[in-house]
Amino acid sequence: MAKLQPIAFVNARLVDPESGYDGPGALVVSDGVISDVARRPTYEGLSSEVRVIDCAGAMLAPGLVDLRVKTGEPGAEPKETLKSASRAAAAGGVTSIVIQPDTDPAIDDPAMVDFVLRRARDIDLVHVLAAGAATKGCLGERIAELGLMREAGAVYFTDADHSIADSRVLRRVLSYATGFGVAVAHRPADPYLSHGACATEGEMAARLGLPSTPAVAERIMLERDLALAEITGARLIVDQITTADALDSLNRAMDRGVKVCATASINHLHFNEIDIGDYRTFARLDPPLRAESDRQALIEGLLSGLVEVVTSAHTPAPAEDKRLPFAEAAPGGIGLETLLPALLALHHDRGAALPILMRAVTLAPARLIGLDAGRIAPGAVADLVLCHISAPVHIDAEKLLSKSKNSPFDGRRLQGQVLLTMVSGRIVHRAEP
Amino acid sequence: MDSAPDIEELIRKRTFAFPSPHLLSLSGLTRPDAEALLALADAFVGLNRRTEKKLSTLRGRTLVNLFFESSTRTQSSFELAAKRLGADTVNMSPRASSITKGETLIDTAVTLNAMKPDILVVRHSASGAAALLAQKVSCSVVNAGDGWHEHPTQALLDALTLNRALGKVEGLTISICGDVMHSRVARSNVGFLQLLGARVRLVGPPTLMPSGAEGWGCEVFHDLRKGIAGADVVMMLRLQMERMDGAFVPSTREYFRYWGLDAEALSHAAPGVRVMHPGPMNRGVEIDSGVADDPKVSLIQSQVEMGVAARMAVLASLAARLDNGTPVNG
Repeated sequence: MAKLQPIAFVNARLVDPESGYDGPGALVVSDGVISDVARRPTYEGLSSEVRVIDCAGAMLAPGLVDLRVKTGEPGAEPKETLKSASRAAAAGGVTSIVIQPDTDPAIDDPAMVDFVLRRARDIDLVHVLAAGAATKGCLGERIAELGLMREAGAVYFTDADHSIADSRVLRRVLSYATGFGVAVAHRPADPYLSHGACATEGEMAARLGLPSTPAVAERIMLERDLALAEITGARLIVDQITTADALDSLNRAMDRGVKVCATASINHLHFNEIDIGDYRTFARLDPPLRAESDRQALIEGLLSGLVEVVTSAHTPAPAEDKRLPFAEAAPGGIGLETLLPALLALHHDRGAALPILMRAVTLAPARLIGLDAGRIAPGAVADLVLCHISAPVHIDAEKLLSKSKNSPFDGRRLQGQVLLTMVSGRIVHRAEP
Repeated sequence: MDSAPDIEELIRKRTFAFPSPHLLSLSGLTRPDAEALLALADAFVGLNRRTEKKLSTLRGRTLVNLFFESSTRTQSSFELAAKRLGADTVNMSPRASSITKGETLIDTAVTLNAMKPDILVVRHSASGAAALLAQKVSCSVVNAGDGWHEHPTQALLDALTLNRALGKVEGLTISICGDVMHSRVARSNVGFLQLLGARVRLVGPPTLMPSGAEGWGCEVFHDLRKGIAGADVVMMLRLQMERMDGAFVPSTREYFRYWGLDAEALSHAAPGVRVMHPGPMNRGVEIDSGVADDPKVSLIQSQVEMGVAARMAVLASLAARLDNGTPVNG
C-alpha cells in the first residue's frame, strides 16, 4: 500500500471520550495513526508535506463503533450488502460495524465468520467485524462453535433478535463463553409474552387494535439473564434495553457486581409509541416502541452511565417487506447514516455533554469487544469523524445509501452533518461542499 | 307513510359532502357531521321501505367490494346500498390462503385502481389495512372492518338503530359486552357513541379486555351483571372464535355461564332495556336465543335493516364530495 500523505486537522472542536476533553484542538495523522494531538487551535510551522484540513470549528471525534448492524449478506443481498452497508457507515461517520449473525445461512461457524471478514477486506472501506451466533442457526437449541468462531475473529456472540427461551441453553452458552473471555449479547424479551406482538401493550396499541406485548416481558427475561450471568460469571450484553422497569433491574444487578453492559438503540432514545399512531410501518421496530416514560428513563439511563452503549440497530427491510399492514410488516429500521445526528439531538435538546454522548458510540462499544478504537491520543488508530454538529439536515430516506430505505427518521429534521470520515488514516467519505 | 317525492326531496336536502375523502374511522368526525350523517341515514330508511327503492345519486359510478375476510351481511349490505343509489358494483373476495396476504393487498389495490373505481369498500384482517390502501389508490376508500381496529359503518348503523328505537343516543347508558380486545365493532362504537353523548361501559373477562381500555373514557367491568346494571342498552359482541390463537377463555360452556346474556342476566339492566348484536351470533355462547329472538328487547333484526340505510348515507355523502371534484389523493 502506498504511503499516505500526513494530514493535519486544525481549528477543530476536539471531543475525546477517553479524557472527557471537549475544546479547541488540532491533530496530525500519519501512517494510519494519530501521531500528535494538541489542545490548541493549530500548529506552528507544519512541514509542507502535511496536508492541512481546516475544520472551522466542527467537531472532530473518534469514528463511531456500531455494535448492531444487519445486512442481507449472505442470503438476502437485495436488502443490503456488506458493501452498501459499509458505504452507509462511512457516510454516517461510523468507522467500525459489527455484523449480526442472523443471516441466511447464519454466521454460526468459523467459515462464515471468515467469509464476512474476507468480503470486508475486499471492500476495504470501514472496519467490518462479525458477531457469531450463540446457538446453531440462531435457533436457541445447541451451542455454536464459539471457540473456533472466536479464533476466526468473532467479537461477541448473540442470537440477534431471537431470545433464547431455554434457560439451560443460555446458561451453557454463557458459561462456555467465559472460557474464551468473550461477551454474549442477549435480547431480553419473554418469547411467549411477545409472540406475535408488534406494539407495546397500552392505550395506543389497544386503540389501534394491534397485537401487543406487555412492557414487563422485557424485565421478566432480563431478570433471568442477569441471574444466569451472575452464576456463570459471564459478561452479558443486554441487547437493546428499552423499558424503565428493566433499567431498574439492571441497576440492581450492577450494584451486586454482575458483569453486565446494556445497549440502547437510537430508535428507542428518539421515538415512542405515539410514532406508530398512523400505522407507519417504518416505526414498526423490534423491540416495539415504548411509552414516553420509558424513553425518558432510557435517556436518563444513558446520561447517568447505566446504559453504556448506543447502536443504530441498523435493520434493512425492502419496500415490499414494509408496504404491508402494520402487523405484517417486517420490523426494524436502517440507522447507520442517522445515528450521529439523532444522538446529537440529546446534546441540542437536553444539553448532554458531547464526550458523554460520543463515548456511548465510540469508546464504550470498542472496549466491550476489545477493539482499539474510540480514543484520540498519540498512537491510536486514526478512525475519525468530522461533524458540523449544528448544521440542519433533513432526512430523506431515498437519498440514504443503504439499499433498503426503511428509515424511521424519514422526513425528520435533525442537526449534525458528517463532513468527513477517516478510517485508518484514509478519507473514506467527504460531504459535498 | 311518506310520499315518494317528499322522501327524495328530504334525501337531497340532507345530502352533504363528506368531510374527508375516505371513511377509515369515525374518530375524525365532529358531532355536527355525525348528526348530519345520521339524519341522512334516517331519510334512507324511509326510502328502503318503499317499493321503488332506486335513486340515481351514484349513477355512472363504480363501487368495488374488496373483502379479504368473508362476510355475508356487511358485503351484501354495501352491495344493496350501492345498487339502490344507482352504482355499478363488483364483489371481489381474494382468498387470503392462496397468496401472501400483504402482497395481495397492495397489488390488488394498484390493479383495481387502474380500473378507475369511484369507491372501494375494503375488509381485511389486519388493523390499518384500509388506511394503507387509502394511500395507494385515487378513489374513496370505505373501511368495512380492518382487523381489531375499526368498523365505522357498524357504529353508524348501531347509532341509527338506537335513534329510531329510543329517540336519541344522548344520555343512554350503553354496556358493550364480551370480547372487546379483538373487536373492531367495540372500538368504533366506543368513540362514536360517546361523541353522541352516551355513557359507555365495557364489560368482559380480563383476558378479553385490552389493557389500555380504561383510557377510552369508559367504565370497565369484569362482571356481566354489575356491568349491565341499570343499562339502557346491552350490546353483545361476538366471541371471535376464529381469532383466538390461545385459550383466552377456558370453554364456551364456562363463557356462557359468566358472560352469556340470558333473561336472568338481562333482568339486572334498566327496565325497557334493548339488546343489540352485530352478528353473526353464537347462540348459547354469548347470547341466549330467548333474548336474541324476543321482539320486545332485541334490536338485532333492526340493526340489519339500518345497515343498508347507514351505508347508503355514507356512499351518498362520499359521492357528493366526489361530485364537488375534490381530489382524493393530492
